[in-house]
Amino acid sequence: MSEPRPAATAPVGAVSPGAPASAFSRSEMMIVAAARELAGQRVCFVGVGLPNIAVNLARLTVAPELELVYESGAYGAKPARLPLSIGDPTIVTGATAVVSMFELFSFYLQGGLVDVGFLGAAQIDRFGNINSTVIGEYEHPKTRLPGSGGACEIAINARQVFVIMRQSKRSFVDRIDFRTSPGNLGGAEAAARIRSEEGWLGSGPSVVVTDLGIYHFDESGEMRLDSLHPGATLEQVRETMGWQARVAEPLAVTPTPTPEELRLIREQLDPEGAYTK
Amino acid sequence: MSKVKSMRDAVAANVHDGDVVAIEGFTHLICFAAGHEIIRQRKRDLTLARLTPDLIYDQMVAAGVARKLVFSWLGNPGVGGLHAIRRRVEDADPAPLELEEYSHFGMVGRYTAGASNLPFFPLRSYFETDLPKANPLIRPIKSPYGDETVYAVPPLKPDVTVVHAQRADADGNTQMWGLLGCQKEAAFAAERVIVVVEELVDEAVIRADPNRTVFPGLIVDAVVVEPFGAHPSYVQGAYDRDNRFYRDWDAIAREAATTQAWLDEWVYGVSGRSEYVDKLGAERVASLKPSGEAPSGSVDYGVYK
Repeated sequence: MSEPRPAATAPVGAVSPGAPASAFSRSEMMIVAAARELAGQRVCFVGVGLPNIAVNLARLTVAPELELVYESGAYGAKPARLPLSIGDPTIVTGATAVVSMFELFSFYLQGGLVDVGFLGAAQIDRFGNINSTVIGEYEHPKTRLPGSGGACEIAINARQVFVIMRQSKRSFVDRIDFRTSPGNLGGAEAAARIRSEEGWLGSGPSVVVTDLGIYHFDESGEMRLDSLHPGATLEQVRETMGWQARVAEPLAVTPTPTPEELRLIREQLDPEGAYTK
Repeated sequence: MSKVKSMRDAVAANVHDGDVVAIEGFTHLICFAAGHEIIRQRKRDLTLARLTPDLIYDQMVAAGVARKLVFSWLGNPGVGGLHAIRRRVEDADPAPLELEEYSHFGMVGRYTAGASNLPFFPLRSYFETDLPKANPLIRPIKSPYGDETVYAVPPLKPDVTVVHAQRADADGNTQMWGLLGCQKEAAFAAERVIVVVEELVDEAVIRADPNRTVFPGLIVDAVVVEPFGAHPSYVQGAYDRDNRFYRDWDAIAREAATTQAWLDEWVYGVSGRSEYVDKLGAERVASLKPSGEAPSGSVDYGVYK
C-alpha cells in the first residue's frame, strides 16, 4: 500500500539498533502480541484505535477465519486498507453483510454471536474494570474522554473481552475514576455471581496486552503478568502500575515479531505509523 | 408534489431555536452542509443528538448554536478528542454545555423507542457501571415475565432529523447503501425530516429497487440536493472520508481563536455548499474519489400481472 517505513520508536529487543530488518518498536510488539491472542477465535467485535490494527493483523496471520464485526454495522469485513475510523468505507466493500446498528447490537452482540470484544481503555484496574469516560469527577472532569460508545455493552455481552493499551501510572490505576465497562468487578467470585444473576452472556476480561507484556486473569479475577515482552523489565512493569503486580512463575518472554508480522504492519496495515508511533 | 428546496429554505423552515436536532450518520453520510447552514442562520439553544458528535457538532458547539449534547461517543474517530466541546465541558469556556450520555446501544434504542411510539427501550447493558449514576434517565426495570432485570432508556424524538443519502426522489423517498447507522430509526422518530442527497432521481429509480429504500417520502418534509454535502465525512461509492481534514481539525480546534477563524473562513465566509466545494478545490475533491468501482450485482424482482 505504501513504502516500507523504519520502526517509529527506538528499537527494543535482543537486536542491535543497527539491524533494521529485525528491530521492532514497543508498539509493534504490543500489536503483534495482541493479534496472536486471537488465534482460534471466530467472531471478533473490533473497537476503535489499537484493537483495529491488532485484529486486522490477526486476520492476515494467525486467524484467517476471523469474522470482523464493526459496531458501525459491518459483519465479515475484509478491509483492503487499514481503516482510520471504524466507519471507513473500506470495511463495507466486500463485507459479508452490512446491517443497521440496531441489528448489530441487538441480534449479533446481545444475541450472543460475538466471541471476543476487543477494547482499548484510558484506565484499567487490577480486575479489568475499564474507564473510558472521564479523568476526575464526572460533573467536573479534569479530562473529558470519549465515553462508552459500544464498550459498555460489549464488555457485558461479548463471550470474552480482550484489552490492548499502553501501560503507565496514569492508565494502570488502583482505582478507576469512572466505571464505563465492567470487568471482574471487585473479584472473580462476586463477578461470576453477578454475571449469572443478571444474565450477562460474557465471562469478562481474559487478556490484557500492553507495550510491556501480556496479562491474563488468575482465579481471584486479578490481572497476572504471564509474559514479558523482549527488552521490557519487571522493574518497568512495576513502575508503570498503581498496584502490586502479580507475576507468573515462571514468567515467559513474548516471542519477538516475525519479519512477516513486521512487514504487514509497516507496509500494509499502518504505513503512516498512525498506531505505531 | 415536489419537496425539493434550497438548504437555506429547508433549514429556515424546519430548524427553530430550542429544537432537539439530530444530524445522524455513523462516520458515513454525516450532513456537514446542513450543520453549516444551521450555523450561518445563527440558530440558538439547540439540543444536539448524535451517537458520535464528530467534527460537525464540535463545529456547531464552537459556533454557539447548542446548549446541550445527547450522545454516546465523544471523540474525533481515529484521531483523538473534540477540543471545542472539551473546552465547554472542562472549562465552561465560553459557557457550560449540558451533557446527556448513553452508550451506542442505548442511543440506538432511544431512537427505536421514539420511532415505535414506545415508552422505553429495554437492553442488557449498563450493569455494574457508573453510567446510570451519571445519567439517571438510564433505569433498571424488572421483566414482567420473570425475575430478570434489564435497563431501560427513554424514547428520543427529535424535533428535526437530518439524513444525508446517496439518492431520493422529489417526494423524499430515500435510498442509501453502505453503513446505515441509525438514520432510519432517527428519521421515523422525528417530528420533521430533512433529506439531503447527492443525487435527485426519478421515482422510477426508487421503484426499481424498493429493498434499498430506507424510508418513504411520507415522513419527509424537505429534500435538498447538495452534492459533496457530507464532506469531510463520506458517501459510499461517491467520495472517501477526508481523513486529512479529520487530522487537521485536531490542530484547528485546539485553540478557540483558530477554531473561530476556520468558521469565519469556511462557514460564515461561504454562501453554501457549492461555494465550499469550489473553495476546497478540484484537486482535493478529485483526491477523494474511490480508487475503483465495485458495483453490486443486480437482482430480478420479477413482473407479476
